[in-house]
Amino acid sequence: MRSYVCKRLLQLIPILLAITFLSFGMMRIAGSDAVLQKMENTGIVLSRDMIEQTRAELGLDRPFLVQYLTWLWNLLHGDMGTSYISGKAVLPTFLSKLPATLLLAVVSIGLTMVISIPLGILAAVKQNRFMDYLIRFCSFLGNSMPNFFVALLLMYVLAIRLHVLPVISNGVNGRSVAMPALTLAIAMSAKYLRQVRATVLDELSKEYVAGAKARGVRFSVTLIKSVLRASMVTIVTLLTLSIGSLLGGTAIVESIFLWDGVGKLAVDAINMRDYPMIQAYVMWMAMIYVVVNLLADLSYRLLDPRIRLGGMEP
Amino acid sequence: MKEENRIPARRPKIRKNHIRFRLVFFVGIALMLMLVAIFAEYLCPYDPNAQDYSVSLQTPSLLHPAGTDSYGRDMLSRILMGLHTSILATLALVMIITLTGTAIGVICGYWGGLMDALVMRISDLFLAFPGLVFALAIAAILNGGLSSAVLALAVISWPKYARLARSQTLAQKSMPYIWAARLAGDTAGQIIFRHILPNSMGPILVTAMLDIGTMMMELAGLSYLGLGAQPPVAELGNMMSGGRSMLQTYPWVVIGPGVAIFVAVVIFNLLGDTVRDYLDPRNI
Repeated sequence: MRSYVCKRLLQLIPILLAITFLSFGMMRIAGSDAVLQKMENTGIVLSRDMIEQTRAELGLDRPFLVQYLTWLWNLLHGDMGTSYISGKAVLPTFLSKLPATLLLAVVSIGLTMVISIPLGILAAVKQNRFMDYLIRFCSFLGNSMPNFFVALLLMYVLAIRLHVLPVISNGVNGRSVAMPALTLAIAMSAKYLRQVRATVLDELSKEYVAGAKARGVRFSVTLIKSVLRASMVTIVTLLTLSIGSLLGGTAIVESIFLWDGVGKLAVDAINMRDYPMIQAYVMWMAMIYVVVNLLADLSYRLLDPRIRLGGMEP
Repeated sequence: MKEENRIPARRPKIRKNHIRFRLVFFVGIALMLMLVAIFAEYLCPYDPNAQDYSVSLQTPSLLHPAGTDSYGRDMLSRILMGLHTSILATLALVMIITLTGTAIGVICGYWGGLMDALVMRISDLFLAFPGLVFALAIAAILNGGLSSAVLALAVISWPKYARLARSQTLAQKSMPYIWAARLAGDTAGQIIFRHILPNSMGPILVTAMLDIGTMMMELAGLSYLGLGAQPPVAELGNMMSGGRSMLQTYPWVVIGPGVAIFVAVVIFNLLGDTVRDYLDPRNI
């Protein structure tokens, strides 16, 4: 197990390097002249000499690769540059907003699991009966609604008509997290539910299920002890795969509900063309995504003894 | 399918007929939707951009079936034009990613070698990024506008098609009939266009059809954030973000375009599901 973890961590290095390189390269293409960008944003008119001087100060006259390495070196020391807009350091600003987004992500993943795993199993067990059709119909509808529409509908129904929840978040707290998390959970559940159903159905069609039935084992026992245990690996994989779209989805949902996390920070930065901030957002989100995927890979080994004991590397 | 697993012959036939009926039905509805989108200009009861403050923010009525927005523009006309923008952009996007992805995948799969390894590593890298986050950044770099939103989504979506086309090509390439074709003197171009592409189109087509709905929602999402079509161009996403502040008082300004996206996506998703069922070898 330890050597496997080491191997995976080593494999992580080239991916992380590629992520930093891509984030750096993208923003360099974008703010083809960071000095002009910066000056435009501050509204100061400068002479050519001053611009050249600032370029030299920022190291923009050096070759691309040197610039990248300098940037990477600073990055390793926790320096991601300063925001063009606020003039504050990017990294502390970003990190101060991260907990809110993580809270939102965790609550919505929790909600997704609470909604879709039981319903997915129920739909699979009652295959082609009324309950199955109803659940599939709802998941189809949920799948066809963009998350900002879900957000606005929830806002209209729950906050404006029923006054159950606040319209926009007032700080990071339990009542405020409910609506954005519910929005994300609805979109995720609609996809995830189908996958849970398909996985459980696949497992139910295996011969050992019929064998257990023939030997008189109660169906609920087979379902919980064998079928669900065997489906768990796939269910966890699919959940982690959907985290990618969850991270992207937080940007829209956070800015709708004015949830003060990194998604809203990124959307604001995009609207202001605050490139260092966008860069930090892209890079950190990619890193989080890669690390979550790694953790999921490692968790299979805990969940599935076949992988752990059989030496099959997933 | 193994002999003992065969279901009695009558049921598959009924199922096949049922799927064929569904296919014709949904293709018809999707075609109607596309015709509405293409000829939206001629269907609009009013000029979608004509502002008339004397009739601003009217509730839906016979004169304005979907109400009017804060500039007094007729919502129905704007929704129709929004469908025009959204659907045409989405179809262009899906066409771009299907064609480029398939071309890259087939070339890599057929010739292999260093280029294949390189392109596949690049696609790994793209898949390592959470898609929408990456799309947001690219759209931001490209300085907004509908075409940059389309391009951003194209950049993040091609690897899926390239991988699919590559694996299809690899599977076909090892088949005896390709060897036979090669022995008969077919050139690489002939083999690709006459044999490999026709035989691997099925799964690619299904993926593309199922993607239309998703892409339409993501494109609208980017527009909602101000990274797609810019006002005054009517686009369903930017119409919804424009009306957001009026949700409490004049909800139809937001709900109208939302319902339009929803209906269009439902139609495309139903079509995609049906095409998938139709081409599924288990149903033949």
